[in-house]
Amino acid sequence: MTRIGVLALQGDVSEHILALQRSAPDLEVVAARRPGQIEECQALVIPGGESTTIRRQMDSSGITAELVAAARSGMPVLATCAGMVLICREIVGEVRFRPLGLMDIAVSRNAFGAQRESFEADLDFKGLDRPYRAVFIRAPLIVAAGPGVEVLARLDEGVVAARQKNLLALAFHPELTDDSRIHRIFLDMLED
Amino acid sequence: MELENLRFGTELLKRGFAKMQKGGVIMDVTTPEQAVIAEEAGAVAVMALHAVPADIRKMGGVARMADPAIIESIIGAVSIPVMAKARIGHFVEAQILEALGVDMVDESEVLTPADEFHIEKTKFTIPFVCGARNLGEACRRIKEGASMIRTKGEAGTGDVSQAVLHMRMIQGQIRSLKGLDDLQLMEVARDIEADVELVRECARMQRLPVVNFAAGGVATPADAALMMQLGADGVFVGSGIFKSENPQAMARAIVDAVHHYDDAALLARVSKGLGAAMKGLDAASIPESEALQTRGW
Repeated sequence: MTRIGVLALQGDVSEHILALQRSAPDLEVVAARRPGQIEECQALVIPGGESTTIRRQMDSSGITAELVAAARSGMPVLATCAGMVLICREIVGEVRFRPLGLMDIAVSRNAFGAQRESFEADLDFKGLDRPYRAVFIRAPLIVAAGPGVEVLARLDEGVVAARQKNLLALAFHPELTDDSRIHRIFLDMLED
Repeated sequence: MELENLRFGTELLKRGFAKMQKGGVIMDVTTPEQAVIAEEAGAVAVMALHAVPADIRKMGGVARMADPAIIESIIGAVSIPVMAKARIGHFVEAQILEALGVDMVDESEVLTPADEFHIEKTKFTIPFVCGARNLGEACRRIKEGASMIRTKGEAGTGDVSQAVLHMRMIQGQIRSLKGLDDLQLMEVARDIEADVELVRECARMQRLPVVNFAAGGVATPADAALMMQLGADGVFVGSGIFKSENPQAMARAIVDAVHHYDDAALLARVSKGLGAAMKGLDAASIPESEALQTRGW
């Protein structure tokens, strides 16, 4: 059986677990927060939350090296919001922590401002035949992407969804809505 | 993408913001320096105040929203969300906090209530957190638009017993809804003065439909882990950090304790050598007229 891990250090972990179970009922989904759990999974979700907190807890839990090794070896990774900030190559502006440098993108944190500027928007998402209603909460934005990065969705001039091989990064929260289409795109990456 | 297609301040965005705080620690701070210490320790958000609850309790007098200058300086100091408190019912304080760019308002019993009615929170773009001692209170606040609930506990005491009581009360009441038919749920809703739709939702989900944090008396890593094991989604720490002997160490230890709340060996390790916790005050010794938890209904 396919086992998907959701990094469970902080954030909306249970929403991701439920969204995965809705997308594919025969999956085994585990909350991963101890050493040894990620390498037993076939794919990993890095959820929304506070990236400063999650980054610190990755180190204090001793799972950073394992996570980086899994992603480098080709394990499909879905990184939403804080997750996208964590896996980027570079954080633009004030830097509070060192990102993991897995994906060739530069990211601006809280790019739209504070919570009053959080919003919902209909996105044209590459590969989907009708708009996707996306939820942006104090969201980051991809401000630069390397040549190996495929842009999947834009908002005005900014990039809000992108893929680089096994890494799928989203500035928004597909786990907060009932629309499973993006989770299915992620699960299809297991077949690649 | 046309910018006018964007929708702001929806229930999904407000409740979603609260969900991003899950598994985290929200720390009371009174200066930008404290806010930076909190962020570096791994706090998911800070609560900007002019004084921590233990000092508010000591100072007496009317406790109001903090000086906007303090709140702005704290917003400028950190990259994590900043919350701030408004008096119960004081919707203009809440409007001011929203205008300042605060991420969430705590309509708090720690401040002196301004009205017997609570703020109509659905009218705001930013989300609110409110205290509750039982399911009826929690449902009334959610019906008014609260996107997050926290136990009231007894703020500023460092005595976790009241937070435990309120968490057990809410969870016990939700468990007791299991298996009731619709007429019985309507009767419960009448008894606890709660909206019947919300009571049905709690019965079905077996939890509140919004995030539920612990607050009011959490002072040590063990207190924080206790609240998590009792089912809290996360923890607010008020006076417990900056009234302790070594705030940096205490802040880090409480963050670790919340993330690994069910790992006793780790809890033992992070609890070592933190210096004295806040001195505290036995909640049972507080006369009812001075209790903060009885403010609001």
